Amino acid sequence: MNDRSAESPLPSLAERRPLSPHLAIYKPSLTMTMSIVHRLTGAALYFGTLLLVWWVVALASGPQAFATAQWFLTSILGRLVLFGYTWALLHHMLGGLRHFVWDTGAGFDEVWRERLTLFSLIGSIALTLIIWVIAYVVR
Amino acid sequence: MNFSSMQSDRSKVSGLGSAKSGTGHFWQQRLTAIANVPLAIAFICVVLASLSKDYAGARALLGHPLVSLLLVLFVGSGVYHMRLGMQVIIEDYVHSEGTKIVALIGNSFFALLVGGAAILAILKISFAV
Repeated sequence: MNDRSAESPLPSLAERRPLSPHLAIYKPSLTMTMSIVHRLTGAALYFGTLLLVWWVVALASGPQAFATAQWFLTSILGRLVLFGYTWALLHHMLGGLRHFVWDTGAGFDEVWRERLTLFSLIGSIALTLIIWVIAYVVR
Repeated sequence: MNFSSMQSDRSKVSGLGSAKSGTGHFWQQRLTAIANVPLAIAFICVVLASLSKDYAGARALLGHPLVSLLLVLFVGSGVYHMRLGMQVIIEDYVHSEGTKIVALIGNSFFALLVGGAAILAILKISFAV
């Protein structure tokens, strides 16, 4: 990096560059929040794959390794993590389906862009609860 | 050579832009996303079906050829998709060139490691059934 700006009274090149309007100037909207949530759930799922790997590797390794994995995954902490993982997966999936709609050029108007986003949020919460009810019933 | 532009004629024809990959990243991101929808639903069903099973039962379930296939495809498509996604996150937030390159390499290695380990485990179970 060029360090001349430290001694020069003139602002550095980086400081003189025009900045595009950033987050703070926009009125908060649901699509904005869910855009960030989509990225956050994606990042969470990224590291959450370690749980999936642990589970299948333990199952491939033997009864003892599998019992250890099952012990953690069925503990209170494990269930909380898996509940969050379920919601993150479904929310990311529904958010992705919303992006498929947008990819066709549809759903960008004022009403539908917020409506689609609300659907994906409500849908992900509802589906998560349904899956966990099924999980407790079949267990 | 056209002197009104810094771009060579060949570069214009190939149409890959300054990132040199054109729409490849976007297309593969969407392609894996489409695949992930049914595969993730199948994965959730497999996990739900495994809940009532013991060790042997869970192995028999995951070792079934159709289940193994779906899981291997889910892992493959999933880790490829997540690698593309994390690449964008890194490129958005890591501005120092050196750190960015290291993070991008780490991202690819993490995806390969996760995918490789999961697929090996699934195949090991599948071949033992």
